[in-house]
Amino acid sequence: MKEITASMAGTVLNIMATTGDDVTEGQEVLMLESMKMEIPVEASVAGKVAEVRVSIGDFVNEGDILITLE
Amino acid sequence: MASAKTLSETLRDRIDEIKAGGQEKYHQKLKEQNKLFVRNRLQLLFDNGDYEEDGRFANYQAGDLPADGVVTAIGKINGQTVCVMANDSTIKAGSWGARTVEKIIRIQETAEKLKVPILYLVDSAGARITDQLQMFPNRRGAGKIFHNQVKLSGMVPQICLLFGPSAAGGAYIPAFCDIVIMVDQNASMYLGSPRMAEKVIGEKVSLEEMGGARMHCSVSGCGDMLVYSEEEAINAAQKYLSYFPANFQAKPIKVEGKEAKEGRGLEDIIPKNQNAPFDMYECIDSLIDNGSLFEIKRLFAPELVTGLARMDGRVVGVIANQPKVKGGVLFVDSADKAAKFIQLCDAFHIPLLFLSDVPGFMIGTKVERAGIIRHGAKLIAAMSSATVPKISVIVRKAYGAGLYAMAGPAFEPDCCIALPTAQIAVMGPEAAVNAVYSNKINEIEDPKERAAFVQQKQQEYKEHIDIYKLASELIVDDIVSPAKLRKVLLDRFALYETKEITFSVRKHPVYPV
Repeated sequence: MKEITASMAGTVLNIMATTGDDVTEGQEVLMLESMKMEIPVEASVAGKVAEVRVSIGDFVNEGDILITLE
Repeated sequence: MASAKTLSETLRDRIDEIKAGGQEKYHQKLKEQNKLFVRNRLQLLFDNGDYEEDGRFANYQAGDLPADGVVTAIGKINGQTVCVMANDSTIKAGSWGARTVEKIIRIQETAEKLKVPILYLVDSAGARITDQLQMFPNRRGAGKIFHNQVKLSGMVPQICLLFGPSAAGGAYIPAFCDIVIMVDQNASMYLGSPRMAEKVIGEKVSLEEMGGARMHCSVSGCGDMLVYSEEEAINAAQKYLSYFPANFQAKPIKVEGKEAKEGRGLEDIIPKNQNAPFDMYECIDSLIDNGSLFEIKRLFAPELVTGLARMDGRVVGVIANQPKVKGGVLFVDSADKAAKFIQLCDAFHIPLLFLSDVPGFMIGTKVERAGIIRHGAKLIAAMSSATVPKISVIVRKAYGAGLYAMAGPAFEPDCCIALPTAQIAVMGPEAAVNAVYSNKINEIEDPKERAAFVQQKQQEYKEHIDIYKLASELIVDDIVSPAKLRKVLLDRFALYETKEITFSVRKHPVYPV
């Protein structure tokens, strides 16, 4: 199981992947908003999305798990 | 009957013996680890493989410690004289005996006298415990090596190539160097080995995880550059040196300029939406001579890019926010990264180019507890006290203390240039309107009306911080079209070449660390 984590503290602005999606390495899967900036979150490895653990508007801290891959 | 050897033959044989290093099994081990023998490393490093060696016969009488496990040499790289110390890991794992330490101290003293760069090719298990009284606590013991490094810092370039372990006290050699180049898988740096960590504090951890090259280059910041082979490390050191003068009294050598890399113009690279990410590398490429970026700490705190580059053949140090990573926000690590880089450039007369697109320093509990104020102050102190030519370009936003950190107008840049996309303010329009009108916004019940109010106030705010208004108030020195920025920078760096100022008269500053 691979985890995609938040690179910095912020709120979830947009989620571009859903359970069952195949994502490629480097693909933007989620957008955070922090310090009024859009912070793209990329998949660090390729895989199938097992679970999206956050919803739009959630506050996340640096290192929190956003999405898990199978 | 074999005839007796002549004196010359005896000498030659003894030298050959020394040059062969340690036992065959240790040479075999080097091969298994994809490592080169110390003398082969030196062959690759020096111009034509030529060098003069001192203390070759160190510890000759011991019989099994050729050169006492370290080669100290002087030769040329890119036609410039340099001093080198290089551990030989085929001899007692490159550990330090009394003569090893004395040789290292002497080559440092040579570098100081000649005012030339010194390179440390480190591959050493640390102190030879059996020799400790002769090499550890005494006046010319290992401590003196670090004392000399501190003394040489900023006087001559100090470069560390880490090919193997750099353990315990030995780990301070890289720590005091200007740059540490680490070979992936082989290089490591740690005060206590994993074995010691398990015994003393009960932690079970792998060497790679605790002190490996990748960890140091991406997490701790003790490494500056991760490479994948020893040849690559040596090439990198040679290239790095080409950006530097021999010492603080000389200036970097200008070479023939090159055009910038072909690509999209700056106008197309920078998004109109202040909050949308873009790749700062593309912006840097459009400004510098093609292929001239030598990045330092690429894997560490990538929300800020620091690197040596050439503009019309002149060396410059580039400090640029990277909006693609963490929004280009400044963190504890990015502040440290920039502070050291600025000090490096300023020590050796390398002018600085700041490219700002920064929402500010990070806020929140995590960074406050990590002392972001203290770390940010380090960056501001380094930038502020740098006396080399400094050009500050406001590429897009420069909010809050971010403006200060990126050599804003108050810090005496030789000029502060804005692109038409520039936005300088205490904070961005969204945050500012929230801060000022928060109560009023909450009072408006109709959502449409509320949105319209926010929109209107944001518009008014944008007009208030309009870049032409800032130019009119002489806050920025000029507004430049993105298409002309490279030429303006080339011209200005050429024109500022004679800059010479004394920043402050005192013994030394008391800046935060």
